[in-house]
Amino acid sequence: MQRSLAAGLVALWAMAAPAVADTTLLNVSYDPTRELYEAFNAAFAAHFKTETGETVSVRMSHGGSGKQARAVIDGLKADVVTLALEADIDAIAKTTGKIPANWRDRLPNHSAPYTSTIVFLVRKGNPKGIHDWPDLVKEGVEVITPNPKTSGGARWSYLAAWAYANEAFHGDEEAMRGFMGELFRHVPVLDTGARGATTTFVQRGIGDVLITWENEAFLALKELGPDKFEIVAPSISIKAEPPIALVDGNVDKAGTRQAAEAYLAYLYSPEGQRLVAKNFYRPAEPAFADNADMARFPDLKLVTIDDPLFGGWEKAQPAHFGNGGVFDQIYQPAR
Amino acid sequence: MRGRARTWRKRSVLPGFGLSLGFTIAYLGLVVLVPLAALVIKSAGLGAAEFWRLASDPRTLAALRLSFGAALVAASINAVFGALIAWVLVRYRFFGRRFLDAVIDLPFALPTAVAGIALTSLYAPNGWVGQFLQPLGLKVAYAPAGIVVALTFVSLPFVVRTVEPVLGEIDRELEEVAATLGATRRQTIFKVIVPALVPALLTGFALALARAVGEYGSVIFIAGNIPYVSEIAPLLIVIRLEEFDYAGATAVAAVMLAIAFVMLFVINLLQAWSRRRFGYGS
Repeated sequence: MQRSLAAGLVALWAMAAPAVADTTLLNVSYDPTRELYEAFNAAFAAHFKTETGETVSVRMSHGGSGKQARAVIDGLKADVVTLALEADIDAIAKTTGKIPANWRDRLPNHSAPYTSTIVFLVRKGNPKGIHDWPDLVKEGVEVITPNPKTSGGARWSYLAAWAYANEAFHGDEEAMRGFMGELFRHVPVLDTGARGATTTFVQRGIGDVLITWENEAFLALKELGPDKFEIVAPSISIKAEPPIALVDGNVDKAGTRQAAEAYLAYLYSPEGQRLVAKNFYRPAEPAFADNADMARFPDLKLVTIDDPLFGGWEKAQPAHFGNGGVFDQIYQPAR
Repeated sequence: MRGRARTWRKRSVLPGFGLSLGFTIAYLGLVVLVPLAALVIKSAGLGAAEFWRLASDPRTLAALRLSFGAALVAASINAVFGALIAWVLVRYRFFGRRFLDAVIDLPFALPTAVAGIALTSLYAPNGWVGQFLQPLGLKVAYAPAGIVVALTFVSLPFVVRTVEPVLGEIDRELEEVAATLGATRRQTIFKVIVPALVPALLTGFALALARAVGEYGSVIFIAGNIPYVSEIAPLLIVIRLEEFDYAGATAVAAVMLAIAFVMLFVINLLQAWSRRRFGYGS
């Protein structure tokens, strides 16, 4: 009832929208980008108005990255997708054909205008002395991270831990799995999304450390007061590249290609990059960002998903997160 | 059979049986049967061996056991306390009764995710209720107990609302008669009132159970979602979808559907039996 009412309202709104704006774009994104795109959409609309004289309004849809991908697959008319994982856009490309297979090469920097990484958020004063990955499996430490099955961010967190284990155990797969199993034995709650995990850690007071997106950690710090939490950068982490793509099949049907392309391109512009950094993402072009914003980002040793250790999402996704993959094996009961 | 044949031929006062039955079938078909049939067809496409492999996966079994177990506990709790609430609302007139009566329906209206978040913040170790349970070693939020709490919350109105009207119909005089004939209070309750309520209680129980089994929104916030411990079957379905594993998701859903159908069917039989046995309701 409520849902249909809401759907009806959205439909009404969607019908009413073209009356005020010449073009309406729908950006289907994931959870922690809310604040970024709120700022960016306003800047883009102003820019587009001065460039072309046309009015454009951008609607947003936020949710778990995988869930959002499935919504687009099932017919949500996204003009652009800005998701947490390449694998999610790949899934749309494969199942619908609305995005060409080479989408990753169409925009600079592997179609990632901003990157982020995985850091730890701990309680003020760092009472459990958490400085790096091995501290997470110390006796009595509770770790909060969402379920990699349902959260894109959690997959990056998991892979960052795997990268650490690879270094620590010199690629001994048995030992690496042991470490991962131990790590997840310290997780009392597996939330379904990054925001949910932040809430569990910050509001419910569960756990000693939250493994999360760097931008999410900064946001939590900004929203909830730096007097309660601290960010800890581990010795090694992963370069998370949340990708963006034009949904060709949808924009061509809706006649919004020009605006949608301009929207994505503007993310790479000096203004776009400045806003990206302001909202705690690491810009692809640091030169455009304000120095004060850049100073926040600690220097970390970062591995990437394309390193041989992972072999790209194409390989890492099924090996780690597929049905029966390493993550499932972690939770297999002892035999 | 003879009875049905007679109703078929009998002319009713108001015409329109054909029209309304046609509408009923079309509506149920479109709204209920087609989506469920799609589920069954999709799982039939898996093949028996594959279906069995997916359905008998230990993790699936653990999730199903938890979902149905917690739902049974929640429905049982509500069968007792929901009936008690219905009794108070029907039998007594007191200040604020109307208000309480309206409160009962809130779990219907509230988005379940909101309910889940509210319950979690109450029962979390730093929450209003949780802080008192914590020292006693009781863990509710992020444990299977939390699932029962959430399911009890969302399924409460079903028992109250099915039992209420039946209670209202039972004449108080019956109890007085029982008393004058020498029945003890206990006998009056268990020989006069409860038997009359059994069919309605069973209906309420079945509705509450069905509601609880499929509940997702409120549970995922309070459960903790640890595989083999606090992972409910609906979450497992979502996880399979997240893996773009539509077959796996369908298999779990089909098993849930089958178990739920059998349970509801048995409860319906019990209900029919209790009506014949006690002769109440119609």
